[in-house]
Amino acid sequence: MLRIENLEKRYQTGDLALQNVNLDVPKGQVMALIGPSGAGKSTMIRCVNRLVQPTSGKVFLGDLELTHLGSRELRRARTRMGMIFQEYALVERLSVMENVLSGRLGYVGFWRSYFRNFPQSDIDEAFNLLERVGLDHMADKRADELSGGQRQRVGICRALIQNPDLLLVDEPTASLDPKTSRQIMRLICELCDERQLAAIINIHDVLLAQMFARRIVGLQLGSIVYDGPPDGLTPEVLTQIYGEEDWEATIEATKDVDDEEVDVLEAAAALHITKVNPPS
Amino acid sequence: MSEAVKTRRWKRPPFIENPTLRWGLWIGAAIYLAFAFGTMEVNWDRVTEGATRGQRFLASFFPPDFTSRWDSIRDGILESLWMTITSTVIGIILSVPVGLGAARNLSWRPVYLFCRGVLAVSRTFPEIILAIFFVKLFGFGPFAGFLALSIGTIGFYGKLLAEDIESMDPVQAEAIKSVGAGWLQWLNYSVQPQVMPRMIGLGIYRLDINFRESAVVGIVGGGGIGATLLTSFDRYEFDSAAAILLIIIGIVMVLEYSSGYIRRWVQ
Repeated sequence: MLRIENLEKRYQTGDLALQNVNLDVPKGQVMALIGPSGAGKSTMIRCVNRLVQPTSGKVFLGDLELTHLGSRELRRARTRMGMIFQEYALVERLSVMENVLSGRLGYVGFWRSYFRNFPQSDIDEAFNLLERVGLDHMADKRADELSGGQRQRVGICRALIQNPDLLLVDEPTASLDPKTSRQIMRLICELCDERQLAAIINIHDVLLAQMFARRIVGLQLGSIVYDGPPDGLTPEVLTQIYGEEDWEATIEATKDVDDEEVDVLEAAAALHITKVNPPS
Repeated sequence: MSEAVKTRRWKRPPFIENPTLRWGLWIGAAIYLAFAFGTMEVNWDRVTEGATRGQRFLASFFPPDFTSRWDSIRDGILESLWMTITSTVIGIILSVPVGLGAARNLSWRPVYLFCRGVLAVSRTFPEIILAIFFVKLFGFGPFAGFLALSIGTIGFYGKLLAEDIESMDPVQAEAIKSVGAGWLQWLNYSVQPQVMPRMIGLGIYRLDINFRESAVVGIVGGGGIGATLLTSFDRYEFDSAAAILLIIIGIVMVLEYSSGYIRRWVQ
């Protein structure tokens, strides 16, 4: 679904943020991108939807090469890539519903969007998604009235209503407490599964990455240094990605969590998230 | 020095590192002030003589006379209000494109420089100088005042709009860009919600300023209540002038109060 070839990004300051990145993410795969701060995780996903213009290399979404698109084609390509942000990036003074519907902006004309006159099918889909994440009763609240976890759910709805092929997720849990973090990660993974979306999830929390992703890519100083399954993250690999540290504890913790985690958190999540069949 | 008591002293580092420069500036400022006050010529004989005349002058303002010139006072007020409202509306409408162009984070460099230039020019001249200029160009009357206030509004509102846009949260704007929104949609969904409450407040504040300025531009021939006020001074009708001043104070207070209220309400 997504293919990255020899991607390089050098900022105007001369800092080399990414070099020689090659990556292939098939349909339906949830991939976690781990690495220390400043490794280039954020830059990498922004090079995909061109919020950051890559210096060289190619990015393919399906068969479409993205790095040389003109603004109109880029706009159309961006509708196929949903993005979820660290600080939620909701427009705070707009309502929850407006924030969700803003995910359809690439599909409707200016005057329709100006008068908030979206097609009924978009509004139905927005309510379906909000119901799916348990926030349909909040539709007319202003986004800044919500809690962190609620905001991130709205952010997920905004990305999904685009009906994307690919999700670009930038540190979705960095501003959330541990329990909410897990719920959000679970929600993202479930939704990707249901809709067969490819996803790149930037995350600095190794534990969470191992719990939820089937493939881990480790980035260090702009280069990929690990690409494999979660259980391949040995102390040696983690040292290579993050530097010298005692990694045994981290690895032990994942094993414990994996077993008991599921029951406790499923129960907790059920309180907040009503399971509804995804809209067709 | 014994080894047991080894205290480390700390003082806030001075703002100006160099002590000569630091003290030099203080002493220089003191000397200048001493000379400035020393050379101020006050002729106390004239002050005492003038004080009694001033008293008589002030006394002639009372009681304020609202009735004998009421028609021209009313016309002046209506003209001023017309000038205030039209110049605020037109000024704000024109300042939106200029303000957008003058915001560094969403404008193209040549456009940015051009718009900043427009703002700088319209902010260089105070309304009264613009009014003198337009009175010469278009003749006496409220049209000259209207133009002066409109241009003043563009400079004021455009600059504050540009600065507000420059300090908005870039992540919210990035998010709307990432969904594939067009440029106008992007403005409407990510920029406008962020700047709107403050801009509404500033618009009302500018209405308030324009009313006060409308009294000033009248004095140089720009029409409105200022012209009426000047006429009453020229005719030595100080009681009518007092009435006009009281009305101006009243209207400014009403605008001041309501603008504060509306600004709190939109936040």
